[in-house]
Amino acid sequence: MSGVAMPLTFHGRARAALSDRTLHEALDRATAQLRSRRSTALDSLEHSDYVRDVARRARMTALRNLGALLREFESRLTENGCRVHWADTADDANRIIVRIAAEARVRRIAKSKSMVSEETHLNAALERAGLAVVETDLGEYVTQLAASRPSHIILPIVHMTREQVGRLLQEQLGVPYSDDPQVLAGYARAKLRAEFLRADMGITGANIGVAATGTICLVTNEGNGRMVTTLPRVHVVLMGIEKLVATMADLDAVLKVLARSATGQQLTAYTTLVRGPRRAGDACGPESMHVVLLDNGRTRLLAGESAEILGCIRCGACLNVCPVYRNIGGHAYGDTYPGPVGAVVTPGLRGIGNWAALPDASSLCGACRDICPVRLDIPRMLIAMRQEAVSCTPQPAWLRFGMRAFAWTAARPPMYRIVARLGGAVLRQRARNGWIHRAPGPLGAWTTCRDLRAPARRSFERQWRSRTEARHDRA
Amino acid sequence: MPTSSIVQLVPTCLVNDLDPEVGFASARVLARMGFHVEVPRGLTCCGQPAHNAGFADEARAVARHTLAVLADTTGPIVVPSGSCADMIVHQYPWLFEGDPDRRDRARAVAERTVEFSQFLLQQPPGRATCGALDARVAYHSSCHLLRGLGVTNTPSLLSSTRGTTVVPLEDQEECCGFGGLFSIKNAEISGRMLDRKLSAVAASGAERLVSCDLGCVLHLEGGARRRALSVRVQHLACFLDEALG
Repeated sequence: MSGVAMPLTFHGRARAALSDRTLHEALDRATAQLRSRRSTALDSLEHSDYVRDVARRARMTALRNLGALLREFESRLTENGCRVHWADTADDANRIIVRIAAEARVRRIAKSKSMVSEETHLNAALERAGLAVVETDLGEYVTQLAASRPSHIILPIVHMTREQVGRLLQEQLGVPYSDDPQVLAGYARAKLRAEFLRADMGITGANIGVAATGTICLVTNEGNGRMVTTLPRVHVVLMGIEKLVATMADLDAVLKVLARSATGQQLTAYTTLVRGPRRAGDACGPESMHVVLLDNGRTRLLAGESAEILGCIRCGACLNVCPVYRNIGGHAYGDTYPGPVGAVVTPGLRGIGNWAALPDASSLCGACRDICPVRLDIPRMLIAMRQEAVSCTPQPAWLRFGMRAFAWTAARPPMYRIVARLGGAVLRQRARNGWIHRAPGPLGAWTTCRDLRAPARRSFERQWRSRTEARHDRA
Repeated sequence: MPTSSIVQLVPTCLVNDLDPEVGFASARVLARMGFHVEVPRGLTCCGQPAHNAGFADEARAVARHTLAVLADTTGPIVVPSGSCADMIVHQYPWLFEGDPDRRDRARAVAERTVEFSQFLLQQPPGRATCGALDARVAYHSSCHLLRGLGVTNTPSLLSSTRGTTVVPLEDQEECCGFGGLFSIKNAEISGRMLDRKLSAVAASGAERLVSCDLGCVLHLEGGARRRALSVRVQHLACFLDEALG
């Protein structure tokens, strides 16, 4: 999708995605594979319910004590030799990182995968400041070459087939075409190795921070996280303020479910724990380390009905099981976090105003709630977001009026019967052989892809009463 | 008639006005099992359309009415719809969180409320009646029944019918795309989910598709008609009623 402008509305983007056959092929392949791997990994874990409960407790306790934990985290990081920066907004975070780069005379930056940096559009800000940035996660690297954005939390290019990736690398790197993932990874590896060695600054996110020790935990499968945190002379961590747990034991609880839910691995190939810059006598490591803690709407979200969503550990499992995501992919959601979790997080962080279509894009089937390793009740939060949309954003007249009329009549059975009979009569006029092919008004959307059964002439209750009364009369 | 065998049958708004036969079939199956079926007077709708759309005040207004009607009855409340049963069991207590009186009443009503297949499965083996019907049947679990109420063994009601073979569906537990207002507001996505489900049904070789939620049934049935598929879509109650003859 490089260079192609995305439609502005959710519905426009969804429609475009629905007609993209390559997208479906790619999504079907990847999500099916992840779903089956995940169920082998998490469901076969002994006491998996208990393990999930413990992970949930670790996250929920952290959210309840977030203020205190953040202060503790800051103290520990400072003791460990890190500089801590607080960023209220995305722009603040970007400005802070540009300033750190300027002060350290940085010219080249290597990044490992970070969704928060996508949220702040960090790369664009760094490039505007004249800095050269390269993504070192393979998927993110491809995304960068395509001038695109990730469409999945853990699989940035899940929307691309390997043939598409092959053509892109051929175009951008001048290498011979291949659709063999091994060969393609080899191309990227050769390029990226040089970038690691040249970079003055490494930027990472944080999968989890541990307040008690001031530890940053990164999980990767490519080892790039390790190189980004050790080779460049400056290391910057950009993380959301919610990504904390209290203790190393809590970290263990979260790690037990994270990789299993995300990729179906027991543990990712690399689990990197970083506590500070290089100390005297250390063989490697950065000269200085900075941790930028980003709010960007999280405090507000924490105070609202959907605070629980901040417990998300970004495993992406809910995307893989979501029938809506499976059909429209990640880009249709229009922002950093796609899928069920994104449909709560995006309006939560950015305000419901421009994002009311996201919580609507769910049949509330509950597959996300079932799969979530920390048991987030996403359907309930989607309803809470819809409630916020109803109170704060304009609704179509038919819906607002219709709901008011529905509530008024449904609490008054005789009125309800009159309206139902009238409505039924109107619809029956359109019916042929008991079925309606094109319904009027908002119901017209129903008949775009299915026939509508014509309402019954006599309601169940009316028939029931006359039958039972007839029986009584006989008796 | 001992009071213990009275059951309240809730004709959901869809059954009441779109497919009364589901109500009668449910009543007949329950009667066959020895229950005395009553239909509470003055029911309209559980309020789910408003609740799922985020119209909390409207949902509460309807729920207050339905709650008052149901609280006034005795015996198990049997609902031939997974999503309406889930509305009463899980959503009412949430809607009335800030209203202790009603919340308690909602909890008491929730305790008595069961979905139709769930109720049949709860009966002692002696009471359950197995019919006979020669058919290859696919089962579509409505999401609120499966994941909301956690009822997973409904297909056993089909497989215990003599002559009936239950055939598996690809992505068996995936949503059919109905989702109430979702099917109108996001008709294109809903339609694509419907396509997938119906393709799976067609590939399974099933002659019938049975489900426990009239919303899903209407969506799947209307979709099958539009696509000229020969599969017969039925509510579970209608299937069992037919099997019992």
